[in-house]
Amino acid sequence: MSSAEGTVAEETEAEVERDEAREALLAQFTAELGDAVIGSHIRPGDALWVRVDAAAWRTAAEYAKGGLHCEFFDFLSAIDWLPSPFGRDMDSQEDLVVHGKEPKEAPPMQSGYAGGDTRFQVLARVASTSRGHDVILKADVPDDDLSIDTWMPVYAGANWHEREAWEMFGISFAGHPHLAHLYLPGDFEGHPMRKDYPLLARRVKPWPGIVDVEPMPGGGDDEGGDGE
Amino acid sequence: MTAISDREKLAYMAAQAADARLNVELETEGMTLNLGPQHPATHGTLRIVAKLDGEQVVSCEPLCGYMHRGYEKLTEVRSYPQVTTLVNRIDWLGSFANEVPFILAAEKLMGIEAPPRAQWIRTILFELSRIANISLFLGDLGLQLGAQTMGFYAFRDREYVLNQIESATGGRFHPNFDRIGGLKDDLPKGWIDETRRAVGKLRDFCDETDDLMMGNEIFQARTRGIGVIPADVGLAYGLTGANIRGSGVDWDLRRDNCPPGLVYDKIDWKVWTHPDGDSFARTWVRLQEVREAISIVEKLLDSIPSGPIMAKVPRIIKVPEGEAYVATENPLGEMGYYIVSKGDLVPFRVKIRSASFNNVSIVPWVARGAYVPDLITILASLYFILGDIDR
Repeated sequence: MSSAEGTVAEETEAEVERDEAREALLAQFTAELGDAVIGSHIRPGDALWVRVDAAAWRTAAEYAKGGLHCEFFDFLSAIDWLPSPFGRDMDSQEDLVVHGKEPKEAPPMQSGYAGGDTRFQVLARVASTSRGHDVILKADVPDDDLSIDTWMPVYAGANWHEREAWEMFGISFAGHPHLAHLYLPGDFEGHPMRKDYPLLARRVKPWPGIVDVEPMPGGGDDEGGDGE
Repeated sequence: MTAISDREKLAYMAAQAADARLNVELETEGMTLNLGPQHPATHGTLRIVAKLDGEQVVSCEPLCGYMHRGYEKLTEVRSYPQVTTLVNRIDWLGSFANEVPFILAAEKLMGIEAPPRAQWIRTILFELSRIANISLFLGDLGLQLGAQTMGFYAFRDREYVLNQIESATGGRFHPNFDRIGGLKDDLPKGWIDETRRAVGKLRDFCDETDDLMMGNEIFQARTRGIGVIPADVGLAYGLTGANIRGSGVDWDLRRDNCPPGLVYDKIDWKVWTHPDGDSFARTWVRLQEVREAISIVEKLLDSIPSGPIMAKVPRIIKVPEGEAYVATENPLGEMGYYIVSKGDLVPFRVKIRSASFNNVSIVPWVARGAYVPDLITILASLYFILGDIDR
């Protein structure tokens, strides 16, 4: 276990405001991919996000595997940044009717760490088991053409992840040999993980937790005090 | 018994020979074999369509989705504390372990850390889930290969651990015990001594398994050199847990990337690996892992600190805006949650990275050229839970 203790000590040092290891990793990405690295974000001692141009999505994977020894493929998925048209929090339109509240205004579309310009982003995490570093890669998927290169030639394990992202978000992966339904029945229409795809159970029935909620003894406010 | 390098060579030659047979032999009329959706080797409802040439698998395609419950979508309309109820049901044999990475990710975004006693109990329950989960695997693998006794022993002895989980959490299978900032309750009186006795019984179970199964000639013949996964292929497919450690990769998130909130770094323990990469190696690593988990539990029980079990958290939990990925080494492998929060009561997006999803995606690769009875061995030794594939 002595090696693990060494790692822990390193991590604590790294947490002091800057994370040199991850900054070095980011610098390597920038040096290799140049302008294709559009955005980045580092949370010291925790993770590195790198956003690359959609055209460089495959190249980024090749460099991560070949140049940075990230031979471990963790996961690949997508995010739909559209604010849900069905309201925020747990208030569906039906709940609002029950409680007579005004619907909250939908916030403007805003992407997360490392920024983003489009509605859909793909993200993937790869790691190096030998060097102990990891990176979360993101890429914007163009709004007018929901398509991006497949990672399958680089990481064979991307196969199922891309099929899942394809059926759940409707993002197609150019070059994928078998983009077929994985979870959903073959004749399923629509892409369930999109924010504008309604969750039918929530459309037909108000949220039971909201209807039945009893006020906590002693506190009338809703924002909550301390946990004790 | 041949030396390891020879065995690797033999496995390689066997694979080459399998390729040659598939390609060179006269084209016979193929047969399609349907395994499942209700086959006992599939731990639920996985269907595998295998195209056969005689007794050999030419290609096979796992069809999942019979159990897809759409948890990623459902989490978007559940508040953070409610999500643990859902994710409990992903890997139902080690439920408590499913809650932990989600809670840790939420804690990371909120900047909360559970008090030491809660962290200790969390880690103990985590390891107890591992023991309960993997001991059933050992029994089940025996059942698949015709060693019925192993199944009975595993179901009998697993109960000791489940009893301890139940007496601490109230739930035998779905504890729903972990909370943002700590745990629901403290341990009941006398639990520590009872747990020590219970894991002692599991140590006997491990010795029995070692004698009955690992040392058994038939078992070795059915598993040695069957379903060999080289390390680089395994990594590219995202294999984790004992599956990748059975291929000689020394990688365990408990040691290498332990998130704050679990106390694996406070005690001495060992990560087991096996260089062969075959079904036997994966089983062997799992058996050692149960033994190691037992000793981890014993060491943690000795050093458990006193104090509160809940940090100060707001009554209504709103998680600040941000993104976080936290993964832990679950019984089946790496389980992680990528949470995107917009500062609301509910997560904006939760990507559930479950171990079995990646572990099973390698089946078409590894089953190619295998014989039909070996397909069962390969599936059983990769060890997946359907809820963990389909989420």
